Amino acid sequence: MTKKQKKTLRRILLAAALVLCAVLALQVLPLPWYGQLAVWLVPYLVIGYDVLYKAVLGIKSGEVFDENFLMAVATVGAMGCGEYAEGVAVMLFYQVGELFQSYAVGKSRRSISALMDIRPDSANLEGPDGTLTVTDPDEVPVGAVIAVRPGEKIPLDGVVESGESTLDTAALTGESRPRTVRPGDEVISGCVNQQGLLRIRTTKVYGESTVAKILDLVENSSLKKAKVENFITKFAHWYTPAVCAAALALAVLPPLVLGGGWVTWLLRALTFLVISCPCALVISIPLTFFGGIGGASRCGILVKGGNYLEALAHTGTAAFDKTGTLTKGVFKVTQTAPAPGVAADELLEQAALAESYSSHPISKSLREACPGLDARRAADAQEIAGQGVRTRVDGRTVLAGNARLMEANGIAYTAGSGAGTVVYVARDGQFLGSILISDEEKPTARPAVQDLRAQGVRTVMLTGDDPAVARQVAQDLGIDEVHAGLLPAGKVQQVEALLAQKENGKMLAFVGDGINDAPVLMRADIGIAMGALGSDAAIEAADVVLMDDDPAKIGLAMRIARKCMAIVYQNIVFALGVKALCLLLSAVGVANMWWAVFADVGVMVLAVLNATRMLNVHSYQK
Amino acid sequence: MQKKYNIEVDCANCAAKIETAIKALPGVKNASVSFMAQKLLLEADDAQFQSVLQQAVRAAKKIEPDFEIEL
Repeated sequence: MTKKQKKTLRRILLAAALVLCAVLALQVLPLPWYGQLAVWLVPYLVIGYDVLYKAVLGIKSGEVFDENFLMAVATVGAMGCGEYAEGVAVMLFYQVGELFQSYAVGKSRRSISALMDIRPDSANLEGPDGTLTVTDPDEVPVGAVIAVRPGEKIPLDGVVESGESTLDTAALTGESRPRTVRPGDEVISGCVNQQGLLRIRTTKVYGESTVAKILDLVENSSLKKAKVENFITKFAHWYTPAVCAAALALAVLPPLVLGGGWVTWLLRALTFLVISCPCALVISIPLTFFGGIGGASRCGILVKGGNYLEALAHTGTAAFDKTGTLTKGVFKVTQTAPAPGVAADELLEQAALAESYSSHPISKSLREACPGLDARRAADAQEIAGQGVRTRVDGRTVLAGNARLMEANGIAYTAGSGAGTVVYVARDGQFLGSILISDEEKPTARPAVQDLRAQGVRTVMLTGDDPAVARQVAQDLGIDEVHAGLLPAGKVQQVEALLAQKENGKMLAFVGDGINDAPVLMRADIGIAMGALGSDAAIEAADVVLMDDDPAKIGLAMRIARKCMAIVYQNIVFALGVKALCLLLSAVGVANMWWAVFADVGVMVLAVLNATRMLNVHSYQK
Repeated sequence: MQKKYNIEVDCANCAAKIETAIKALPGVKNASVSFMAQKLLLEADDAQFQSVLQQAVRAAKKIEPDFEIEL
């Protein structure tokens, strides 16, 4: 509990004790009305002085209608009507509710900060003589060497100089599988070093490091408010004066029309005021969004604002980029078709040797397919632009490249098939066979698409890749619609067409890897970026960032968003429902002050408790 | 220029009122008060930023005497 909360608690206990004394004292001493008033005024002022003060302050500053005003008028009115005990009780319960609310909110805030506990406290800066000094991460320059011991967080982004270890990236990505790092590997701040000592050369200052960016993003997210949050603020702005007017009418009109009973109607009007306090909504709704954003970031999903959470809950169409989003963006040998009489291994080996001096991604994937080859067996490598390579392997001429290379050299070849790039290989003018190289689908891509379709989302693929390849991938993954061969501008056009087609109230999400998709990420209702680890462009342009590039997180994000919106609407309906009912009952005289206290404080406590359900991360991490 | 400040504000409703009041100040382009994150975001022209900030703090203190800000 904070100091302020402790002070409020002491006041509540003191006032409760004083109330007890007052009740006992009045049992023994029959006092006249002013004596009774004096006895009750003591606990009333102890518990309510700040509310009265703020109400006066509000009137002075022109912001008349707020809960302080409602409470002050209601309790002063009740005391004025001779209902001393009720007046004090209402104020007492109001303060109990406020204390509870402040405690619950503080607790949620802390538990969310704990979820996002990635802020490094210090860095071990290595001096020129090898000694370590503990420094504020803010003061470590780019290019400095820092040491990270096992169990410590990496404070700044950098490159491993020496040491080998595994990193726990769970706080950043929600992914529990540790990542192995060796000298030369890039590491990002916020990861926890698990085993060995790492020496890291920093590549960014703290403010530019991943951890600072993420913290900034999460903190800012609650400043971008959802429509429903703004609606509640506006609602409270009009609602309170309206209720006060209604209360005034209730106090004045019936006695004028029906004649007499001024005190009865005044009390009913005051009850009406207490019930109407909008606190339950004003507090529980931001709390729900805050919890939703915090819970999502724990799962490796950074949502940049409550408004995007609201939009995610209404996703109707999800458009995907292909390479790097649904596929790994890494090329691999997926199929070999050796000519008759040639072994598959020999075909691959010849191709890999022929390509051993090329840095093209295709050549790399060939070399990765047969590791441990001695590159010295290949010589005189010659690149033929737009066709492939001609290399001497073990003294014989090997050609590796596309169909044009085979045709140019008059080699009879069998055309390979399949989605991807086909490499044809020939040795001394004789065709050895073809190798299919393609981008691998992410293992979670298919379940991710199924999950979205099961949630009623239309899935579309927008890619710059070859239509045949795109169709193949779309078919494998079960995507509804494909637009292939698109230039970046074409993607924007397609997204605009999809935006025009979408149903009313439904949102369009675009999922991309952020580097060349920035314009589309901006144009879509919700831009979801992959490749947050390292890619600044992604963090900037997108509304939602998936920290571990896992498409399965899209469905999860939508579930979190829908749960969040469900709680928001539950609270709105529940709070307004109970209040409307109690208002009606108080107007006809059934509900008294005690009902009013429940309708105000009780409803608020229940709404806050309902909102804290959002903090239970495990419930949506299936 | 857009700047972010750590603040201390006690009730959600006051946070909303402070936000409305700051937004209405002359020279303020945008303002947002987050009760949950205890943050104030203020956007105003560079030239008059300091004076706008002072006015914003004054407006906030008027609504909520307990309002604190880390400048």
